[in-house]
Amino acid sequence: MVASRYTPAEEQKTIWVYLEQENGVLENVSLEILTKGRELADKMEWQLTGLLLGHDMGDISSSAFAYGADVIVFADHPLLENFTIEAYSDVIEKAILERKPSVFLLGATPNGRDLAGRLAVRFRTGLNADCTELRMEKKTGVLVCEVSGFGGGILALIEMPSHRPQMATVRPGVFEPKPRNHNLTGELVELNVNLNPDSIYTRVIERMVGEQVDLARVPVIVAGGRGIDGEFESLRKLAKLLGGAIGATRPPVDDGYIPREYQIGQTGVVCSPEVALCCGISGAFHFIVGIEKSKTVISINIDPDAPIFEFSDYCIVSDVNEMIPRLINALEDIQETTHEKVT
Amino acid sequence: MKKLHSVVCVKVVPKPEEIRVDPDTNLLIRDGVSSEINPPDMNAMEMALKLKDKYGGVISILSMGPPSFENALRVALAMGADHVYMLSDRKFAGADTLATTYTLAEGIRKIGNVELIFCGEESSDGATGQVPSGLAEWLGIRQLTLLTEIDIDINKRLGRGRREAKGGFEILEVPLPAVVSVKTASNEPRFMDYRIKDWSFMPERLTFWSAGDLQVDENYIGLSGSPTIVIGLAEAPTRTRKQRYLVGSPDEIVQQLLDVLHIP
Repeated sequence: MVASRYTPAEEQKTIWVYLEQENGVLENVSLEILTKGRELADKMEWQLTGLLLGHDMGDISSSAFAYGADVIVFADHPLLENFTIEAYSDVIEKAILERKPSVFLLGATPNGRDLAGRLAVRFRTGLNADCTELRMEKKTGVLVCEVSGFGGGILALIEMPSHRPQMATVRPGVFEPKPRNHNLTGELVELNVNLNPDSIYTRVIERMVGEQVDLARVPVIVAGGRGIDGEFESLRKLAKLLGGAIGATRPPVDDGYIPREYQIGQTGVVCSPEVALCCGISGAFHFIVGIEKSKTVISINIDPDAPIFEFSDYCIVSDVNEMIPRLINALEDIQETTHEKVT
Repeated sequence: MKKLHSVVCVKVVPKPEEIRVDPDTNLLIRDGVSSEINPPDMNAMEMALKLKDKYGGVISILSMGPPSFENALRVALAMGADHVYMLSDRKFAGADTLATTYTLAEGIRKIGNVELIFCGEESSDGATGQVPSGLAEWLGIRQLTLLTEIDIDINKRLGRGRREAKGGFEILEVPLPAVVSVKTASNEPRFMDYRIKDWSFMPERLTFWSAGDLQVDENYIGLSGSPTIVIGLAEAPTRTRKQRYLVGSPDEIVQQLLDVLHIP
């Protein structure tokens, strides 16, 4: 059996959370994991530590403290300004091997996954990927992770009793971020960074980031499928009236009607809105996975045999391209009436 | 000029919609379930093939699993790959991410002289998505992950890729060799070329390697090389939906819909 770089006997009773930031703002998923990490740390009576890397990040630590971190371990260095796998994994490797946390959690984001994959191999430890639930065994300090496979159809509980750190990436959107107290503060520990530019092989040639739709978090999703013939403009109007955002199945994305970041389902976003309104969607297995956590599912499809109806609370067998304008009109009427009453 | 040698890591998986858990044993029922190439790996295949179209060179397929996966892998040959290497040994079974990436890395070392290693974004069965990065770590080489496009500088031996980033994109460049993971659905995988079907079924297109052939450290492979332990398995509870049909005239339906949405 392969041994990890440090053993359970050498571990520090702490839970570490990798804090992902962009332009001095913590990512939602980091706040989500901090909230969950706080709960686990309280149960174990352990410390919760946030690990933060970047350059000139401003006052990020206060939000990490507000979401439950006892300690922030941070590195500030010009070579950490842009994420590169070499610089980030080297700094984190050193920090972890010096301080030997029992648990190390990261968001299952593109960069989080890259880091976790490299570091788990470097530490010779296990890695539970894209977890949807976490719990700690009080007596043993073992982390139990729930992961899903086969498009969410199968759940597995996984642990690693004899390797450290116990690593897991957490799926964005599964835990609710809850700030405890915005005046909370904690201990700040700065890492000594010793980075050699020659050890960074990745060149960031261009980088353009923008406003991202966080479909995982919106209250109402109006999703369009093949049946809407690319008419996302009216869906967008409807979504706005309902205080939500639009999403799509794969075919309209493939056909170029809407960018891929709007794709819902197994290979896209898994969302959990109050209401998912599915317009002209047949209900392929891969899509259903993405809306299964919705509180209420409403579907409009002209085909009475469309599988989507099996996964819906309210079913409307009708031409979606006729139904949507009517719904928009009705909502606009209501809005005008309320407006008149107010004025 | 040195020929470009790419490896595409391909996993053969059971079709997700057919898989069930045996309620008595808590194990996956694999009998009677059909297998296919993990769909995201087809996008990795296509990206590798496009580079081959442009710069020539050789594509090897690397897969781990029982010999029965052979036929599924012939598809990759018929798409335009040159050879399949199958890591097939009972000792490899039960591998988690650590053991899998180690074993694949040893396979790549044995193939030798590889400059690009393509992987799909994740597998439809395990969906860990952590193999590409782990593989790069074992091999001590660079990585470009979740790419939607790639090009190489064949003279300078550089790989340059476009990767989706938070509401935008980034363009990254690394020296080869590198592991590349390909964003699912970022391209349209080509069909098999039926003219080379017979060729793809020739026995010499496939090489089987056992743990002994790879000269791996047996502490690092299979179940014993895997730090993680599955302690429970279950079918995800499916939520039962009301399935209530809203009927009537279009206006009546709209009114019911507003009621459902709690809009006065």
